[in-house]
Amino acid sequence: MIIAEQKPLKEIIKNLEGHRKILVAGCRSCVAICLAGGEKEVGIIAESLRLYSDMHDHLWEVDEITVERQCEKEWVKEIKKIVEGKDAILSMACGVGAQVMQEIYPDIRVVPGLNTSNMGAPEEQGIWREKCAGCGDCVLHLTGGICPIARCSKSLLNGPCGGSQNGRCEVNPETTPCAWDQIYHSLKRLGKLELMEQIIPPKNWITSHSGGPRRIVKQEAILTAEEKAAKGGLE
Amino acid sequence: MSVRMRIVGFCCNYCGYASADLAGLNHMEYSPDVMIIRLPCSGRVDVLHILRAFREGADAVFVAGCLEGNCNYEYGNIEAKKRVEYTKRILSEIGIGGERVEMFNVASNMAWKFKEIVDEMVSRVEKIGPSPLKKVTA
Repeated sequence: MIIAEQKPLKEIIKNLEGHRKILVAGCRSCVAICLAGGEKEVGIIAESLRLYSDMHDHLWEVDEITVERQCEKEWVKEIKKIVEGKDAILSMACGVGAQVMQEIYPDIRVVPGLNTSNMGAPEEQGIWREKCAGCGDCVLHLTGGICPIARCSKSLLNGPCGGSQNGRCEVNPETTPCAWDQIYHSLKRLGKLELMEQIIPPKNWITSHSGGPRRIVKQEAILTAEEKAAKGGLE
Repeated sequence: MSVRMRIVGFCCNYCGYASADLAGLNHMEYSPDVMIIRLPCSGRVDVLHILRAFREGADAVFVAGCLEGNCNYEYGNIEAKKRVEYTKRILSEIGIGGERVEMFNVASNMAWKFKEIVDEMVSRVEKIGPSPLKKVTA
């Protein structure tokens, strides 16, 4: 899932200055799970903005809605009636959702309410950790299921650096375990320690962001003109 | 008091409300400006409820739950405490002031404590003034 956290309230308020009719739009997917942009957070943010408006005579009209997924056009189009007449949308989805929202409603300013961070998973309730960097060329089969790109602070591919001690990363020993220490223990547990002797060549970063914004095409899934017509305009 | 104030108290049924009830039975005097909202458990209080109370004109809000470790619903009071802390941060950022909201823990027989709670909130409002949301009219 995508991990994000709420922007500071002061920053959100500053970004909304000059607008009057505001829609707070949440997302029921990843950001709801990381307690940043789900229905509950949308309600709290909306009420906070109303309080701020009442205090400072801003005359803000704040509405709220939570979309099933803000990253898909079909779901975003469904709130058309609610969006009409607004002059700003505070998107409580990740950066992807905010952009799709702006794409579908090009005449209304979309303001981000979250800082999108990484791709990760909940470690325990209230704590999330990055697991994947989306590099585009997975090597988890060689590392016992622990990603060295995302979970090693230096993204090393052939073992730990000289600074890691006691299984902890030297960059932040308190909070970050050494990824390669974990990889070693994982491979040992799996009986695949010989994989650590395999030298992984320098990484091809073209499949990562160094190749520019990425695009994936699945030819057989693309609709023909006839199929589009039959599906009534569904994209 | 020269000016009427509005203080909202969210009280759990078993301890907060019971101690208020006992305070009444013992004829303990406290400010009539308190509006008590009775709930099954203080854990039911949501951030939204507290914010809404301020929007509707409250000068201060308190939550009275069971003593820690003695909640009738095990840990509802711990949940309430966390939400109150979060609400304090929001109110500080908005500019209303986090000191206007507070969490207290009482037992059902602590009538004196309930009176203390109300007196504390009253004196806070007297010290920091009415809610900034209230407009002064000539």
